[in-house]
Amino acid sequence: MSQYKPGVRLRSAVCTTEVVVIAVPAGNIALSCGGAPLLGEGDTAAAGVVLDAAAAQGTLLGKRYTNETGKLELLCVKPGAGSLAAAGVALVVKSAKPLPSSD
Amino acid sequence: MNLMMLLEMAVQGFGDRVAFVNGQESLTYQQLFDAARQAGAHLRDSECEHLALLDVSSLALPIALFASAWAGKPFVPINYRLTDVEMDALLQRIQPAFLVTDQARIATLSGAAAVAPMERHAFVDLARAGGTAATTDWPMDPDEIAVLLFTSGTTGAPKAAVLRHRHLVSYMFSAVEFGAAAADDVVLVAVPPYHIAGVISVLSSVYAGRRVVQLPNFTARAWLELAQRERVTTAFVVPTMLAQIVRELEGRSCVDLPHLTALSYGGGKMPGPVIERAMALLPHTEFTQAYGLTETSSTICVLLPQDHRAAAASDKPEIRRRLTSVGRALPGVELQIRASEGRVLTPGERGEIYVRGEQVSGEYVGRGSMLDDQGWFPTRDAGELDAEGYLFLEGRADDVIVRGAENMSPGEIEDVLVRHPAVAEAGVVGVPDEHWGEAVAALIVLKPGASATAAELQDWVKRHLRSSRVPQLVRFASELPYNETGKLLRRTIRLNLAEAHSSQSLIF
Repeated sequence: MSQYKPGVRLRSAVCTTEVVVIAVPAGNIALSCGGAPLLGEGDTAAAGVVLDAAAAQGTLLGKRYTNETGKLELLCVKPGAGSLAAAGVALVVKSAKPLPSSD
Repeated sequence: MNLMMLLEMAVQGFGDRVAFVNGQESLTYQQLFDAARQAGAHLRDSECEHLALLDVSSLALPIALFASAWAGKPFVPINYRLTDVEMDALLQRIQPAFLVTDQARIATLSGAAAVAPMERHAFVDLARAGGTAATTDWPMDPDEIAVLLFTSGTTGAPKAAVLRHRHLVSYMFSAVEFGAAAADDVVLVAVPPYHIAGVISVLSSVYAGRRVVQLPNFTARAWLELAQRERVTTAFVVPTMLAQIVRELEGRSCVDLPHLTALSYGGGKMPGPVIERAMALLPHTEFTQAYGLTETSSTICVLLPQDHRAAAASDKPEIRRRLTSVGRALPGVELQIRASEGRVLTPGERGEIYVRGEQVSGEYVGRGSMLDDQGWFPTRDAGELDAEGYLFLEGRADDVIVRGAENMSPGEIEDVLVRHPAVAEAGVVGVPDEHWGEAVAALIVLKPGASATAAELQDWVKRHLRSSRVPQLVRFASELPYNETGKLLRRTIRLNLAEAHSSQSLIF
């Protein structure tokens, strides 16, 4: 459990996924990827931690992942094999509203 | 959050794709990333606090923009058409600054401002000399300033609008889908780097993965030639550019832009006849109108291709009229129309446009935030919404003409005047009048070879609008005064016509 600020970059302990925190609710929150806690700058993975097969749907580059309330938002800047979760609940891709290019 | 994050993702997704093309030179996304790192390190290690770009579009533009982001020092594109005195004044406001410019400019710098100038090619060479070590050590505080943009100052001294990383990144999220461009999508960018559309086009093209073809000096002929040669699929133009393109196309026996699937326009009021002719001349091209401000990280409203088609095909006046609207708010953007005393108005009522959203900065250097405590930004543009949320612009709030007790918008009268068969362009302003407070005055440019008298045009307006809208003064000119990005300089027209009106009043 940690507190996060928008702009913070986190990486998976068990795959190549990297995310940037876009929005986050106040207070402590447990963010994970592939079943293992996401790591901040300077954090090291716990020994022997491996990708949990139950959290291995993968992340997609450029997708924003959000929780039920929509108050948490993570941007995937590097894709990987694990899937993202907050307090053990899988995050979902934020639906895009594509518009024609205006610029 | 940092703009570099957008480029890093583009490199992850399609690093080998060509990102920017200017004449014979080009950069892939990977090359742009490496160049931004090299130039960013140089900037970070220098005493400079800003990176200014005083130049036309070139490969130096995207490198400078991303190098600034990497170094955590604001990017400041400056209008290269300013006088030397005006330019010195702006440079002094951002000193000490690293300055990317052209050779001729370096020779004429007065030395009044503390700038470290470098010629555009030397800057690109410096940026491209480095290795390819992968680091991502740019600052990630979303509140860092990304860009300072001097507003065009049609109403006074330029103000420096502050755009933070979070504003620009928010806009990318709501307006652009990452990597959505097809491998053969090519965008032609003809707006200058010091215009918000010039900055945003770099970011949205990188995020979408489009190839950008730059046109440093716009002419309609050069634009058409480049669009054909580079198989351009999308482009953004300001209204004066589209008017020139239409004029150029009218003189040709065949219009051949088979790849141009989408054309967007904005940055000023589009005359109805110009967009209607453009749609007729380019039947396979989809048109999108964008409305936005520097202070809102560009686009806040869009009139979509389907809106254009529905309006053009409709015989209901309230639908057809939408061709002259700027469309509806982007997702995540809210609009309100307010009366001068602050009351929120209902559809159909005219007032000042207020906007709220994460992309809205509304902040100027030295003046702070203009947002109210609910986050609303007063645009100083006047307009009204219809029942379905389509926004109709009526010009700047300051431009509203108050004749007697009646408020009227110059745009409404101009729209009628340009529908007269002899009229090419019309600029309407309010001029001081002893009897009415303000009188309606019009400056008219006739079509080549056409003729019309003031009385004919006054009669024309009287047939289409209430008699209070009829210009008391009509004057003719060979051209209207515009700034270089196509904004009508009403202040200039007002000064000229006010003088003519006061002498006319004396005579009669």
